[in-house]
Amino acid sequence: MVDFVTPNIDYHAFAPEIILLSTLVVLLLVDVFSERSQALLPTIAGLGLLAATVPVLTLAVDGADRTMFGGAYAVDGFSLAMKALFLVSGYVVVLLSTNYVAEGDYYEGEYYFLLLSSLLGMTVMASARDLVTIFVALELLSIPAYMLAAWRKRDAKSNEAGLKYYLMGVFASAIMLYGMSLIFGVTGTTILAEIGAAIQGSLATEPIVSLGIVFVIVGFAFKVSAVPFHTWAPDTYEGAPTPVTAFLSVASKAAGFVAILQLVVVAFYGATDAYQPMFFGLAALTMTVGNLIALRQTNVVRLFAYSSVAQAGYMIAPLAVAGESLGSRDQAISAIVVYLVVYAAMNLGAFAIIITVARKTRSAELDSYGGLFQYAPGLTVLMTVFLFALAGIPPLGGWFAKFVIFRALVTPGTGAGYVLAVLVGVNSVIALFYYARIAQSMWMQPVPDGDTTPVRVPQALAAALAITAIVTLVLGVAPGLVGDLGDMADFVALP
Amino acid sequence: MEDLLDSWGPTAAVFLPVVGAALMLVVPKAQEQLHKTIALVSSLAVFGVLIAIAGYFDYAQGGTLQYVVDQSWIEAINVRYILGIDGISLPLLLLTGLIVPLCVIYSWNHLPEPRNAKAFLILVLILETGMVGTFVAQDLILFFVFFEIVLLPMYFMIGVWGGEQRQYAAIKFFLFTLFGSALMIVSFLALYFLASEPTFDIRALPELTGDISRTAQLLVFGGMFMGFGIKVPMFPFHTWLPDAHTQAPTVGSVILAAVLLKLGTYGFVRVAIPILPEAAIEWAPWIGLLAVIGIIYGALGCLAQTDMKRLIAFSSVAHMGYTMLGISTLTSFGLNAAVMGMVAHGLITGMLFFVAGSVKERYHTLEISRLGGLLLSAPRMGWILGFCSMASLGLPGLAGFWGEFPAILASYQPADGLSVELFRTYMVIAAIGTVFAAGYLLWLLQRTAFGTVKEEWKGHPIRDVEWPEWIAWTPLLVLIVAIGVYPNLVFGITDSGVGNALAPLAQLAGG
Repeated sequence: MVDFVTPNIDYHAFAPEIILLSTLVVLLLVDVFSERSQALLPTIAGLGLLAATVPVLTLAVDGADRTMFGGAYAVDGFSLAMKALFLVSGYVVVLLSTNYVAEGDYYEGEYYFLLLSSLLGMTVMASARDLVTIFVALELLSIPAYMLAAWRKRDAKSNEAGLKYYLMGVFASAIMLYGMSLIFGVTGTTILAEIGAAIQGSLATEPIVSLGIVFVIVGFAFKVSAVPFHTWAPDTYEGAPTPVTAFLSVASKAAGFVAILQLVVVAFYGATDAYQPMFFGLAALTMTVGNLIALRQTNVVRLFAYSSVAQAGYMIAPLAVAGESLGSRDQAISAIVVYLVVYAAMNLGAFAIIITVARKTRSAELDSYGGLFQYAPGLTVLMTVFLFALAGIPPLGGWFAKFVIFRALVTPGTGAGYVLAVLVGVNSVIALFYYARIAQSMWMQPVPDGDTTPVRVPQALAAALAITAIVTLVLGVAPGLVGDLGDMADFVALP
Repeated sequence: MEDLLDSWGPTAAVFLPVVGAALMLVVPKAQEQLHKTIALVSSLAVFGVLIAIAGYFDYAQGGTLQYVVDQSWIEAINVRYILGIDGISLPLLLLTGLIVPLCVIYSWNHLPEPRNAKAFLILVLILETGMVGTFVAQDLILFFVFFEIVLLPMYFMIGVWGGEQRQYAAIKFFLFTLFGSALMIVSFLALYFLASEPTFDIRALPELTGDISRTAQLLVFGGMFMGFGIKVPMFPFHTWLPDAHTQAPTVGSVILAAVLLKLGTYGFVRVAIPILPEAAIEWAPWIGLLAVIGIIYGALGCLAQTDMKRLIAFSSVAHMGYTMLGISTLTSFGLNAAVMGMVAHGLITGMLFFVAGSVKERYHTLEISRLGGLLLSAPRMGWILGFCSMASLGLPGLAGFWGEFPAILASYQPADGLSVELFRTYMVIAAIGTVFAAGYLLWLLQRTAFGTVKEEWKGHPIRDVEWPEWIAWTPLLVLIVAIGVYPNLVFGITDSGVGNALAPLAQLAGG
């Protein structure tokens, strides 16, 4: 029996989470006690998120790695980079939601409360280095998201979105918990670093360990919507309120990748035979199936659902060669971090356009984008930038993200790496076809209903567009910025 | 002045069009004249910079890179911003610098539907940045980025301002090229890791690839071959070209024919052959084979066409075949012929597309069977068409001759290690191709320019060449004659540059 020791709490390291938590409380109080200050809610949420990035920056400047609770909670380069990504994309999602929620007769206070709760779960996830902490973080970020997906409560599709997401998510959690229990049973610890040490040895080939690893990864494959665990994504994306879809496809997916990276790199790293073939299959299937189905979509949001499935495939790919050497592991981490950052900017930007255009057309069907260039040239050009950035055409941001994925795949010089690199190349061409179809509709087709009144862009959406467009363009020309971020994202106490 | 040019010349030439485009972004769409003026001024400024560069260029040292800029760009992956100009790139740069302002001038009163001068000219300027950038980049990744930049503007140019089948043609063009470049970037990366020292520096790589295994060399060259070969385009990847050319607006066709196709052939000369000489020798017979198939196939394709623009497009396939044949001999003679072929084809076919565009504007059709009697209804335009056809079929004394004839001659004696018999067979086939070329061009001329005016055009006066057309065309016509009479204008620049590109190969044969 070990005596209870009061844990040593580093308040600087916790500052982002503390600020988020205080913002949550303020949001609730304002919502309850002041009927007339509803308009303030998005401002409070946004400011809270921006305030939370301040300690992230000071921690990054400080540069020291901090671990707490016996290694269960770590603040290192990787976790800071990912926290910054979550907070900034959360801020953009608040901007996307401002008009949507206010004009749509939805509950406002609760919306922002849940959004920030989910973000709190994500920031915790970025630091979680313990199976239990990871699970708690996962639930904290998922449960609010289930409710947000069903936020348009009078719409049957939105209900379906929420319910489907909830059922699939809970199912995945159960599988994952089972896997975790197997790993705990064999290694006798929940701390990732200690599991890693145990698995480096003879345990690496133990079947029960492999089974546990596979189950845990399957659980997160649901979260990042990897094929064949992607079936919830299209319906949920289409039915959920569009800002929530943007949130799910960017922040929630990133959180899944954060968890996978931590588990693979810190805990399971020794068991290459268990995870490398699995990620190879997941990556190849995810990008190919996602892209092929996206080709046939006629609804832009659904198309983006499949496109985001395919994008997840590119991000999984480097993990299939991460176990070859420490060098290829570091390149895989850096590539995934870079991809997540660039992808967040491109995808949020595209959703900002979808939301803006839907304010006029009341539709997300591909046909409704016809002739957009004639009455909204600015929006068309921006959407084109985001689309071709997603397709990876230089000099827009996406090319560098694809490039680092290629680099991570080619570096180890293994057959599997080259095969995946060629697959990513072929898939980029397939993907271009459907991204270009949207561009084609906007630039080259007539306006379907002849209504060419200009689209009004509210301030919040304009700000979101400005942020995402600038990031997408600047990272395309000066990719060194995000490249450095990728290199900075190292894990505490890893060789 | 010279110092400023030395350090900023190439950079200015690459980015001046972007500055112009950025300026145009803030000018309202209604001010068409202002847009045209900005586009003209910025493209002329680029041409001015390039002329100054050519003026201070040290022709005695054409083989070494001049105006070198070497700055760090993406440190994380060792990618640098390296620009440089040598005897191979200079003629192509000047060609690009000349063609773009001429296209802007031609657009003055020939804006294709749905007009929108602002968007159209911005795209032309972005294209120019991509083209100039590709010709000056000396880092593989930088080269790749510029190589790709041209895709988007051309896609929109064809897709928005093109003909009936424009959307199909635009996406076909885009997908074909992107497929090639995806394999190309994987090859570049493989090169980076396989070289004895990881770098993307095109200047350094030829020295560092000696230890790469033969199989790896062949595969990497194969990836680049796909990237460049599709762009050229070589048979059997040429199918995007007739569609893209036929559907593109006139200015798009001109830029596509005059410069974009050369990005592919230039890639072979600049990147593939110097960096992987061993693989080049292995691949050369196959490249030569595809080249002569392209020559004959393109010519036969021409004979079957009923649309004037499509016919010119197929003739491009044949002409690029000569260029590739010259490259595949891997001799200094052949490479000189290839660069000459690129310039000559740029001038002549660019000109032919200009004429085709003007014919289309007047007749609203390019169906050869509906045209006829151009010499009667618009004599000046008819003569220009005749002149360009003669140049294109390789009449001695005009530029086209110096592209075709030396390429054929070069295959008489290919580089060491290549089968002489095989290349002499190619030579005979290529020579037969010139006969076909004369056939289809003269037949085209006979059906469009000669004869009497068709019944349906009686009573429709056809406007002859107008002033923007004169301004846009005269420089090209003059250059076709000038290079034809004095080919050293180009050979004098390229000769030493070509020697440099072949140095690794010579080293291989010597050692």
